[in-house]
Amino acid sequence: MALSEKPSGANVQVGDELPGRELKPDNVQLFLYNAALWNAHRIHFDHPYATEVEGYPGLVIAGPMLGDWLNQCVEEWLADAGRLTSIEYSNRAASYIGETLYSGGTVTAVDPASGEVQIEVFIKNEAGEVITPGVATAVMAR
Amino acid sequence: MTTLLSDELLANIGRQSVPHRELVTRRDIRKYAIATGNRQRKYLDGDQAPPMFHVALFWDVVELEDLTPDGVSIDTLLPKFPLERAMAGGLKIDYLKPVYPGDWLTATRTLTNIYEKHGRSGPLIFYEVDMRIVNDAGEQVIREQTTRILR
Repeated sequence: MALSEKPSGANVQVGDELPGRELKPDNVQLFLYNAALWNAHRIHFDHPYATEVEGYPGLVIAGPMLGDWLNQCVEEWLADAGRLTSIEYSNRAASYIGETLYSGGTVTAVDPASGEVQIEVFIKNEAGEVITPGVATAVMAR
Repeated sequence: MTTLLSDELLANIGRQSVPHRELVTRRDIRKYAIATGNRQRKYLDGDQAPPMFHVALFWDVVELEDLTPDGVSIDTLLPKFPLERAMAGGLKIDYLKPVYPGDWLTATRTLTNIYEKHGRSGPLIFYEVDMRIVNDAGEQVIREQTTRILR
């Protein structure tokens, strides 16, 4: 499938790459995210606590927010062409406010009979390390 | 081989939380979508809940005195484990039905497994929690399976 083409059940192929996105969360975004959850863990907003007590190099970006970005990566690519049906991921390494992160993915399996596609997704850090790998499943509309 | 897992600890497998019923509102969807940097209009306007909105909807709303000094709420579903340092965990989410403002959803969490592995740096305890979310018609909407690792 050419990059300019919209994905559809008819043209998705193994190896197709999902559009990448650069993510640079700041304190305000991290605060709003944790406020929306009712998550008061100090490692996300109390810099002296995060660094001096817990020994982190900075404010820790919330793990489930990284997971959310994997979902967004798949859904933005799918647009109206299909539906995200499941995702699994793990938070392998922490990331901190000030870092730039990158989301993206690759189609790894296509089942033309059912319209089901499997996509490997990732969040990488500036060093290119995958900090949040995942696998998503979507069903293409027909 | 010695084990960290006593029979008493393992007896917690199968333990279930009290079902937790919440109303999905447009305002809460909008907050979540904006905070996560979502770029899709239907979510930013709160017309539909984005994937993983359930994480915010079912995060425990605890009172100030129930938070630890580091701002964490204690998960009452879990027993006291002999290892306490949490490492990376993973989760799998199945999206079975879309979620819209006005939906009432009920989540029930079950501690489904506790087991031990011996890594290079010592013993690790794994535990698994299964969360099932249903609507008022009793239909499954979301299922989330979490695995956490303690060292």
